[in-house]
Amino acid sequence: SSGINAEWPLRPGFEDLCFDFGVELDDIVEEEGITKFKIDIPANRYDLLCVEGLSQGLNVFLGKTTLPRYTVLRARERLHVDGSVEGVRPYVVAAVLRDITLTEDSYNSFILLQDKLHQNIGRERSLVSIGTHDLDTIQGPFKYHALPPPEIKFQPLNQDTVMTAPQMFDIFRKNYLKPYLQIIESSPVYPLITDVNGTVLSLPPVINGNHSKISLSTRNIFIEVTAKDRKKAGIVLDTICGAFSEYCTTPHTIEAVEIVQADGSTFSSPKMGSRIEEYDSAELCLKSGIKTATPEQLADLLTKMCLRASVAGEKLKVEIGPTRHDILHQCDVEEDIAIAYGYNNIPQVLPDLYTIAVEQDVNKLSDSVREELARCGFTEVLTFSLCSRDDVSVNLRIPEAVGGAVQISNPKTFEFQVVRTTLLPGMLKTASCNRNMPLPLKLFEVSDIVVKDTLTETGTKNYRYVCALFAGKTSGFEVVHGLLDRVMLMLDVKDYHIQQTSDPMFFPGRGADIILGTKKIGHLGILHPEVLEKFDVTLPCSVLEFNLDPFV
Amino acid sequence: MSLDLQVLNHLASEKELDTLQYAKENSIDHQKLIGAIKSLLALPGEYIKAEQKQISSWVLTNEGEDFMKNGSYEYNLYNSVPKDGILQKDLMKLPNSKIGFSKAMTLGWIKMDKKHENGPTIFRAVEETTDVVKDVLSNIQSKNPVPDKSVQDLKKRKLISSSVTKFYSVSKGEGFRTDIEKPEADLTADMLQDGTWKSKNFKDYNFTAKGAPVVGGCLHPLLKVRTEFRRIFLDMGFTEMPTNQFVENGFWNFDALFQPQQHPARDAHDTFFISDPQMTPKEAFPPGYLEKVIEVHEKGGYGSTGYNYDWKIEEAQKNILRTHTTAVSTRMLYKLGQQEKFVPTKLFSIDRVFRNETLDATHLAEFHQIEGLIADRNLSLGHLIGVLHAFFKKLGLEKLKFKPAYNPYTEPSMEIFSYHPGLKKWVEVGNSGIFRPEMLLPMGLPRDVNVIAWGLSLERPTMIKYGINNIRELIGPKVNLNMVQANPICRLDKN
Repeated sequence: SSGINAEWPLRPGFEDLCFDFGVELDDIVEEEGITKFKIDIPANRYDLLCVEGLSQGLNVFLGKTTLPRYTVLRARERLHVDGSVEGVRPYVVAAVLRDITLTEDSYNSFILLQDKLHQNIGRERSLVSIGTHDLDTIQGPFKYHALPPPEIKFQPLNQDTVMTAPQMFDIFRKNYLKPYLQIIESSPVYPLITDVNGTVLSLPPVINGNHSKISLSTRNIFIEVTAKDRKKAGIVLDTICGAFSEYCTTPHTIEAVEIVQADGSTFSSPKMGSRIEEYDSAELCLKSGIKTATPEQLADLLTKMCLRASVAGEKLKVEIGPTRHDILHQCDVEEDIAIAYGYNNIPQVLPDLYTIAVEQDVNKLSDSVREELARCGFTEVLTFSLCSRDDVSVNLRIPEAVGGAVQISNPKTFEFQVVRTTLLPGMLKTASCNRNMPLPLKLFEVSDIVVKDTLTETGTKNYRYVCALFAGKTSGFEVVHGLLDRVMLMLDVKDYHIQQTSDPMFFPGRGADIILGTKKIGHLGILHPEVLEKFDVTLPCSVLEFNLDPFV
Repeated sequence: MSLDLQVLNHLASEKELDTLQYAKENSIDHQKLIGAIKSLLALPGEYIKAEQKQISSWVLTNEGEDFMKNGSYEYNLYNSVPKDGILQKDLMKLPNSKIGFSKAMTLGWIKMDKKHENGPTIFRAVEETTDVVKDVLSNIQSKNPVPDKSVQDLKKRKLISSSVTKFYSVSKGEGFRTDIEKPEADLTADMLQDGTWKSKNFKDYNFTAKGAPVVGGCLHPLLKVRTEFRRIFLDMGFTEMPTNQFVENGFWNFDALFQPQQHPARDAHDTFFISDPQMTPKEAFPPGYLEKVIEVHEKGGYGSTGYNYDWKIEEAQKNILRTHTTAVSTRMLYKLGQQEKFVPTKLFSIDRVFRNETLDATHLAEFHQIEGLIADRNLSLGHLIGVLHAFFKKLGLEKLKFKPAYNPYTEPSMEIFSYHPGLKKWVEVGNSGIFRPEMLLPMGLPRDVNVIAWGLSLERPTMIKYGINNIRELIGPKVNLNMVQANPICRLDKN
């Protein structure tokens, strides 16, 4: 009934249909002799994550079929929750799909959907995980409880022998299950779902038992969803039931499971619930930019998006079903109206708004200074804000400087260890990589550096720095000195001077601080040969670097 | 005396000068003489006339040169045959013996006894002989006359080849004289001073050559494009946001945007976390607003169901390198919401953002994000589409289409596609949407205020515009400075 048709994606217009609906036909690949269509689904549309759901969504969008109504039958099975799971994985919900017939294709799709849900909303099973079982091999009532690992003993899925939890973890550490072990490993007890006879259904979120595994001949499926997040557990169960109950003898019918909580209270799962929201038709029109639609037209548009809607005077009554957990707010409904209407059919208007633009002073001044530096014959470079710890400290012969730098906790390489505190490392690396250029090399950059600063919200502060570098057969100290004088002239600043410094970054006796009034704002000098060596620069270099912020 | 004067003096007494002959007689390199003739021809006032001629002659090939040096194959073979003969198989071991043998046989220099008791044996047929081929080659080299038949033989044997020599036959020109006044290369200040420019001759200027390279500074291509984008926003009345704040916290980068704390973007795989200074103090979050943000995440409100999870302040406090400039937009919108009276606002920014992603030819750990937003009452998707058309038209992109997309903090959301005439396909050029009420209403913005926004990277349009395939050639130390210096003016609206 969902119209699964392997040929559909090959038909003309399918790509445009995807585009208009908001999914993306990303790639068509041949894998293991099968043509596979890779379709990107928006991250909040769990209902579209399997062929069944996507076909239904597109067919409803095209008006070829209508949204099914789901029936939840009274529970025949019970699942007791023990207080012991509280600290490790507190929530469980469950459902039964009775008299189901799966083909090889729908069986694979069923497994694939679970994988996808594990990955995204389940965040690699850490928040939510799913176990599906052949109900005819087990016997309720079921129990969700937690035990110390050595006391857990069963034959895990696709293993030959019965083993304890620590034994199976040793095996899993070497295969694809490894990433999931750490979700519960630090807990003194592991969660477990067992039947009345003590048969283990699953050890969530790691592995199911081999005993209850499903196959193509399974007729009754018991689905359990365990979670650290109650809401997400419900979404996952609704999504699976919504997509696969169509294969039951009475399609779209799900049998509930009664969940008995540790405190004795009970509830029926899955919810498969709908909520009715009333929206103002005029408001919906306004935000989506469709000026002319009548409430009836709006209702039709929403129906195309798997949202049942009816007109109630000025209001639109919208029924948000169990497969549309992505609808949080009126704005989500407004988007669906716009999609159904067609984004590219919405009339464009320019906002009737008069404003006067204001630039950021620091950016305006930076651009003027950049122009001046280029006029002085210097070439602009653009370097990374991130660098290694050594680049801002030992490589510049100032080991203690690393203490002032903002440190990154999870860099993938040493090039991203800190945020630069000076523009110099990037300039020197650029000079080192461009040895084939005519000499002298004259480079500059005007950009931000970051230092720690306890007075700000995040404890860090950006400063706009100006850096220039001269590299040639001679040191060119007088060139960068002249450049400083020129820039100061252009900034109309007179109360500055330079004063010799013993900064270890510079060649002895060839470094100076730049003093504005009485305050140091930067420095210039001939770089120490050991600094050049660290950055693999073979020519003498003079540099100029100062903070532009005092001039803004 | 310089060669050109020598030529003039010669012509003063002789009617004609044959360059080949003159060069040979005076032991001058012919090419140098030709050079002198050409410079005389270049003089204004026709000093000389020159008629180009050519003669063909025979020259020795490499093999011919080898014969001259080492003797011909047949002569060498003959000399290798002892008085009392040699076995054919031994003789044939000599280098080039195959040709040498057949030539020597033809010439009747050697004879063969096929029935000799030790096997076929070669004997001399003549007492002595001379190396005829070498003698002919020698005559050719010295340009002595050689019988036509011999020339044809040697040509067949590829020992000689024909060569064309160009030379000039030179005679007096209309303006012949024996003194040379060197023409001036350039007009100088001195000439102006003393007036000699009036009587001087000037060299012809080579209009086909390139001009002298200009030494000057230049701006970086990506930042030239940034300047263009800034100008476009300023033209459209957008005010620039203060984005000079690379380090953000989770609160302003994510939570305030209604981005749930379990969202994958907040993983260490995507975001750079800061270990020092690690946290923003709780007190830094605006009291009152903080509680509203927590409420909307945990329980909803403002017409939203919320996400229904336990929100943790520690996640919000974590310092990170901002993953988008929208963190700054959020701060600006919060300020707007705190104003007594709402003022419609247009804002923009272009600055660096950071992603802890896997690097490849088009992705770096840091890039520039361009962002624009408009906050006003009753803005719709139609307004967003209208503004995007106006904005992208200024970039020279007139054909746009929009695809529904998902973004945690905008709804509706649209990906922007533009038809690229060069690439002949639709390419994604940006992302856009209307900020969610769950983000705006806790800030105190009036309910009828909508905020439309869009963003794109600065690098991607720059790479497409300049045909740069590897982002490392554009940004970072491996930037190609030649590319930087040769990069044309950025005119985004002229493709």
